[in-house]
Amino acid sequence: MTTDAAAIGGMGHSVKRKEDARFLRGKGRYIDDIKLPGMLYMDIVRSPYAHANIKSIDASKALALPGVLAVITGKDLDAAGLAWMPTLMSDKQMVLPVDRVVYQAQEVAAVVATERYIAADGVALVEVDYEPLPPVIDPFKALEPDAPLVRPDREAQTNHIWHWESGDKARTDQLFNEAEVTVKEHIYLPRIHVSSIETCGCVASFDKVSGKLTVYMTTQAPHAIRTVYSLVTGIQEHKIRIVSPDIGGGFGGKVPVYPGYVIASVASIQTGLPVKWIEDRSENLQADSFARDYHITAELAAKNDGTMQALRVKTLADHGAFDAAANPSKFPAGLFSIITGSYRLDAAHVEVDGVYTNKPSGGVAYRCSFRVTEAVHTIERMVDTLAQKLQRDPAAVRMQNFIQPDAFPYKSATGWEYDSGNYPAALQKAMEKIDYAGLRREQAEKRARGELMGIGISTFTEIVGAGPSHTFDILGIKMFDSCEIRVHPTGSAIVRIGVQTQGQGHETTFAQIVAEELGLPVENITVEHGDTDTAPYGLGTYASRSTPTAGAATAVAARKIRDKAKKLAGHLLEVSPDDVEWVDYHFQVKGVPGRSVTMKDIAFAAYTNFPPDLEAGLEAVDYYDPPNLTFPFGAYICVVDIDRGTGMVKIRRFVAVDDCGNIINPMIVDGQIHGGLTMGMAPALFEAITYDENGNMQQSNFMDYLLPTAMETPVWETDKTTTPSPHHPFGAKGVGESATVGAPPAIANAVVDALSHLGVTHLDIPITPWKVYQILQEHGAAES
Amino acid sequence: MSSPSSNAASVSTSASTTTIHLTVNGRTRTLSVEPRRTLLDALREDLHLTGAKPGCNMGQCGACTVLLDGEAVYSCLALAIECQHQAITTIEGLAHDDQLDPVQQAFIDHDALQCGFCTPGQVLALKSLLLRDPHPDDDAIERAMAGNLCRCGAYPKILAAARSLAGRAS
Repeated sequence: MTTDAAAIGGMGHSVKRKEDARFLRGKGRYIDDIKLPGMLYMDIVRSPYAHANIKSIDASKALALPGVLAVITGKDLDAAGLAWMPTLMSDKQMVLPVDRVVYQAQEVAAVVATERYIAADGVALVEVDYEPLPPVIDPFKALEPDAPLVRPDREAQTNHIWHWESGDKARTDQLFNEAEVTVKEHIYLPRIHVSSIETCGCVASFDKVSGKLTVYMTTQAPHAIRTVYSLVTGIQEHKIRIVSPDIGGGFGGKVPVYPGYVIASVASIQTGLPVKWIEDRSENLQADSFARDYHITAELAAKNDGTMQALRVKTLADHGAFDAAANPSKFPAGLFSIITGSYRLDAAHVEVDGVYTNKPSGGVAYRCSFRVTEAVHTIERMVDTLAQKLQRDPAAVRMQNFIQPDAFPYKSATGWEYDSGNYPAALQKAMEKIDYAGLRREQAEKRARGELMGIGISTFTEIVGAGPSHTFDILGIKMFDSCEIRVHPTGSAIVRIGVQTQGQGHETTFAQIVAEELGLPVENITVEHGDTDTAPYGLGTYASRSTPTAGAATAVAARKIRDKAKKLAGHLLEVSPDDVEWVDYHFQVKGVPGRSVTMKDIAFAAYTNFPPDLEAGLEAVDYYDPPNLTFPFGAYICVVDIDRGTGMVKIRRFVAVDDCGNIINPMIVDGQIHGGLTMGMAPALFEAITYDENGNMQQSNFMDYLLPTAMETPVWETDKTTTPSPHHPFGAKGVGESATVGAPPAIANAVVDALSHLGVTHLDIPITPWKVYQILQEHGAAES
Repeated sequence: MSSPSSNAASVSTSASTTTIHLTVNGRTRTLSVEPRRTLLDALREDLHLTGAKPGCNMGQCGACTVLLDGEAVYSCLALAIECQHQAITTIEGLAHDDQLDPVQQAFIDHDALQCGFCTPGQVLALKSLLLRDPHPDDDAIERAMAGNLCRCGAYPKILAAARSLAGRAS
């Protein structure tokens, strides 16, 4: 018997997505598509000030408006003990303020009404009397002795939150003292926003009879939210159901619990009716969790021959008014210590200090594993800075300093054990694909003519798949993930997973994992997720962890089923299970291809004809605790041309060679990399959130906060190498964020390269036309 | 929580409404709407056609795109009363029975979507272009699609789908 592998649709097949059929017909069910009988609408009054005392709130005019049912304030929540909620980082944040606002657009009160438009009218009628206070906007000034306190509620009367460090300070300092050459740069990675096209929202529905609270929510981590809800409200966890429906993009912004969720839940409990809250675009940009905002000072020590020796990094992290970053609990600066990158270093020392300012809280990912983009951008810029100082080619300096393929597993200078990698092969492939030598010749010719062309390289290493339970937890919950598989009697199956898709195509890829392991056609496998009443407990989808954790759990659960199936196969084939082997998606008697049974035959037998020593049924569950993280990597090369008249940077070519280990679905991986590259280009060239001295946020819509469109997106030339993870059940590493992490330094390095002959050694992102034009003007290189 | 008078739950809006007739996906629909109600809300809230998505409610993202007499418009920027007697096509009206429109099929063939939220708008923006120009060049495609944001970054595959429909290999 032979099986058509394409009909099975297992590992490595570009199976079309199961999700597409509903999305293309407008039948996706996103949060704002949910409408429950009797549903009320909630809208939020927000602060115009970054820092102010609330002297009074007068809701009488709003309450007089027909259709307005209630106005909820901080004092109402305080009476119920819900004015504050815990963050993931051992801090607390306001749900609604009792007497003081600490950032612009902070929630101040909520209006509940019978119609969405009436709720908005009600918001306009709530009168709040503020007494403005001096805000703290600059994180460096926040640490000065006379700075106003952002958080007088804390025991420590300072704006300093925490100090974190990693690596060997003494050894690093020693290497710097003895170094033949050092380079130093100040690198600011600005505050940015994930800006998923679907904003955040929820529908909270409390059933007064059963006492059960159901919350439909745009969340990337429904189970963790259920537990947090239970701990905060005291409602027993079996009386809470979180349902994450289709999600219109997550990227990290839908990990936190936002105040709106809690207020809507309170409103539903109070009214006994479902309450919908959907934020608008400006609320989303102004108040939801931000990403990055790292002020980095980096130094690299090396020998004159280019051998890198040590890295020293000090960072000020602007966390806004609450430390509400979404990191594993033991990692206040995330996985920033991956900053030694793809390179052999004798020592490294990395420090981060967290600071409060009067800005929205956050520190979530922007489509990357915890603070990995910040780390990768720093090391990739510093390698180029070193190459520039030594007047060496940046590709050659990288090749010279790469961790070599035979050095894995490799212990980094900050203590991570890299699972596998082949960095020289990836860079070599990228250089050949783009004709690196030819580009350098072209650049020299153009430079001689006064034209500005740059070539930028990024050879990044990621750290994803959090994570092993000995190190990784969120509020004490270990970061395992899960899968439950039930094979039905007629040979189809349902798979439930603890992670939650937001466009990654889990309904397809997780079915492919099961198809591969069990030999059942992918079309006969349904994948469900996102409903805490039915899915097994998991920590959710972010940090490229789904395939490394729940993907692994899925393979292991399927293998448990296959172990039982083997016994059933022996029973059906009337031989000992020891005499049965799994070949080409079916079981056969060893060496006798003619005597075989399919998984479909076995599934039927599991319910109709099982031996006395086996229980009925064919199902399994697995909670997978990964032994290590995974370390995807890649080599990107970007070519830019700069318009001397406008300062406009145009990406002419971009070659991306990615290595994410073994691939489940090449088509989906290609799409993930396209998307990651576009989201990597965005902060490199367009996106930043800034504040004026009063704390007014300056990009509250898409005319000011510039997302790339089809016009700006270049042709991405993708390729791959394959270095399987040695510890993952099917050798995968995760891919959703590699390109977001790897692309920004490739672009920044290309622009600096184009301007290096003018003496430019660094440019902070976003590299806007105005920024470039000013430099050209300074150096007399602008075209009039 | 403060509450108004006890019978508040039964109070309905007293704002003045206007009766309008729209032809939505080939069917005449009569609605009574406030003058300020957007076409997007009329479609989603009153007619339960939730395929058009609210992404920004200020004409900046394109997720709410529908066809108004064949032209792609942001339904969040149109008032429902402005569309009196006009023909509106939403994503729900594009497929006929089980037969997908060629634009929808091309999106599947080229993997031109990820989270799916912007997809109805993308499909209708491209449909509108192809209705007025069956063989657009790349520049025309990019201009037609530039008003529809896709944060998942599926643009290269959306353009590939468009090129295939324009009769060119991607």
